[in-house]
Amino acid sequence: MGGIDDRLMLAASIRSRLHAGFTLDVELRAAPGITMVFGPSGSGKSTLLNCLAGLRRPDGGRIAVGDRVWFDGARGANVPVRQRNLGFVFQELALFPHMSVEQNLQYGIGRLPLAERRSRIAATAESFRIAHLLQRRPRELSGGERQRAALARALVTNPTLLLLDEPLSALDHVTQSRIIDDLRAWNGAHAIPILYVTHSHREVFALGEHLVVLDQGRLVAEGSPHTVLHAPEHEAVAQLAGFENFLDARVISRDPGSGTMRCRLLGTEVDLEAPITRVEAGDAVRIAVRAGDILLGTEQPRGLSARNVLPGTLTSVQREGATVVAMVDAGSRFEVHLTPAALTSLQLTVSQAVWLIIKTHSCRIVGRSS
Amino acid sequence: MDWQALGLSVRLAAIVAAVLLALALPLAYWLSVTRFRGRFLIEAVVSLPLVLPPTVLGFYLLVLLGARSPIGRWWIAWTGHGLAFSFEGLVVASLIYSLPFAVQPLAAAFAQLDPSLRAASAVLGASPLRTFARITLPLSLEGVLAALVLTFAHTIGEFGVVLMVGGNLPGVTRTVSIAVYDQVQALQYDQAQATALALLVLSFGLLAAVYAIRRRPWAASTIA
Repeated sequence: MGGIDDRLMLAASIRSRLHAGFTLDVELRAAPGITMVFGPSGSGKSTLLNCLAGLRRPDGGRIAVGDRVWFDGARGANVPVRQRNLGFVFQELALFPHMSVEQNLQYGIGRLPLAERRSRIAATAESFRIAHLLQRRPRELSGGERQRAALARALVTNPTLLLLDEPLSALDHVTQSRIIDDLRAWNGAHAIPILYVTHSHREVFALGEHLVVLDQGRLVAEGSPHTVLHAPEHEAVAQLAGFENFLDARVISRDPGSGTMRCRLLGTEVDLEAPITRVEAGDAVRIAVRAGDILLGTEQPRGLSARNVLPGTLTSVQREGATVVAMVDAGSRFEVHLTPAALTSLQLTVSQAVWLIIKTHSCRIVGRSS
Repeated sequence: MDWQALGLSVRLAAIVAAVLLALALPLAYWLSVTRFRGRFLIEAVVSLPLVLPPTVLGFYLLVLLGARSPIGRWWIAWTGHGLAFSFEGLVVASLIYSLPFAVQPLAAAFAQLDPSLRAASAVLGASPLRTFARITLPLSLEGVLAALVLTFAHTIGEFGVVLMVGGNLPGVTRTVSIAVYDQVQALQYDQAQATALALLVLSFGLLAAVYAIRRRPWAASTIA
C-alpha cells in the first residue's frame, strides 16, 4: 500500500440501523477503478450508497476519501452532502427535466469562472459523446443518451468518488457496454474510486475488476468477479452467480481419498456425491447446482463418468428466450436448462420419466443449512 | 351593478392571494418534507377553514381582532383604528379563511416531485434554498398557479366571514358578495342579477384557467 492509491482510496466502515430487523454493518475499501457492489434487493446496497453520499447519517463508523474525512461517528463529524464533492447517478437518473443537458451539466459547477465551465462541459460532453445533445431537454433523449447525460453531469464536477445506483439496468447490453467503455476511459484519465451497484451478475462479469457482495447488510465476499462467483462459499453469492438449484442435504459419509462425500437430500432417499469440504458426517449442508450444469436424459444412461444419475419425472417445460427451462421432480425439485434444439431432439413431454446427470464438481457446498 | 364593491373584492383578493402565497410556500414545503410526527396536527389546523362554518370562524376572528384582544389593542396603538370592521381586518380574516386553498395545491405539487431530484441537487453542491429556488419551485409552477387562482377566487366568493368581521361599509368592507345580498334584501333583482352574473363569469373564468394549466409540461416521459 501507499503511494497514489492511498490518497484516492475510499475507506469506510458504516453501521446504520434501518429498522428493527435490518442493520447495515460493513467495512469497505475501494481503490480507483470500478468496484462492483453486488447483492439481492434488500441487501443494503442503497443504504450503503446513501450513507456514503451523506443522504443518510450512519449510526456509527467512519467514511474517508483519501485524507478527507466525511463522517466520523466517534468525533461526531459529518460533512453535509453538498460539501462532499462526490458524483451520484441515481437509478432514476434525476436529470432536471426543466433544464437542457447543458444546464444540467452547468448546475454543479456554477461557481467556476465562465471559461473554466465551458471547457469542462465541452471536455466531459466529448468524453460521453453527448456534445451534439447539449441543447436538448432530458425528455428529448433516448434511454442511453440520458444515462450518458447523467454520468456527464456527475463527473463534470471532478468528484473524488462516483456512486452509481444500477444506472444501466434498463439498457440493452450493447448500449450498456459502450457507456461502460467510455466511463472506463474517463476513469483512466481521472483516477477515482467508482462504486457500481447492481443485482445483475452479467454486469458484474462484464464490468468490474473488483467485486464486493452484500447480503442482509453484511459484506459476505470480496475479490475479483471470477474468484468470488466461480467458487461461491456463500448462498447469496451463489444465487447471484446464477446457481438456480439449492438443495438441503445431510452428509452421510466422507471419502478423503477420492475427495468426495455423499449427501442425502433431506426428505428423500436420493444421494448426491459432492466435492469434500470441511464438514463432518451428519452435518446439514446446502448444495448449489447450476441449471446449465445438469444433463437430462430420456433413458437411463450407462458408462458415464458422472457420479450422480437421478431418476425423476418431468413436471414442466417452458421456453424463456434462447433457453428452455425444464422442471424435474427427482425427490427434490430440479431446474434444468436446455437448448431449444435439445428440446426438439429429445421430444420431451410433461410427466415423462427422465434421468438427471450431475458431475460431482457441479455440486457446490454453499453453507450449512439451519 | 356595484362597481365599487367589485373593485374592493378584486383588490382584497389580489392582496390575499399574494400574501398567502408568500406564507404558504414555506409552510407547504415544510409539510411535504418534514418527518415531524405531529405533522398531521398542523395539516388539520391548516384545513380547519374548509369545514368550520364561516360564522364560527368569523366569530373567533372578531374576538381575536377586537379592541379587547392584545392583537386588536396593538393594532389600534399602531394605526389609530380598530382591525374589526376595517379593510385590513378583512385581509387578515381572508388570509386565514383561504389558507387551505393555498397550502393544499402547493403541498400536493411538492409531494409529486421525484425526491431524487432534490438529492441530486444536494449532491451537486446546492444548498437547500438554492434547491428550492432552482428545482422544487420551477417544477411546481402548476401548483403555484393553482394556489394563486384558487385563493383569489375563494376570497372573491367569501361571504360569512366578511359579514362577521367586516360588516357592510361601502368602499371599506362591502365586497361584491355582500352587495348581492343587499340588493336581494332590497328587492333590487335586476341589479342583483347583474352583480351575480359578473361574479359567476369571473369565478368560472378563473377555475377554467386552473384546469387549463393542469398539465405537466416538464414531466419526463418514463419510457424512451
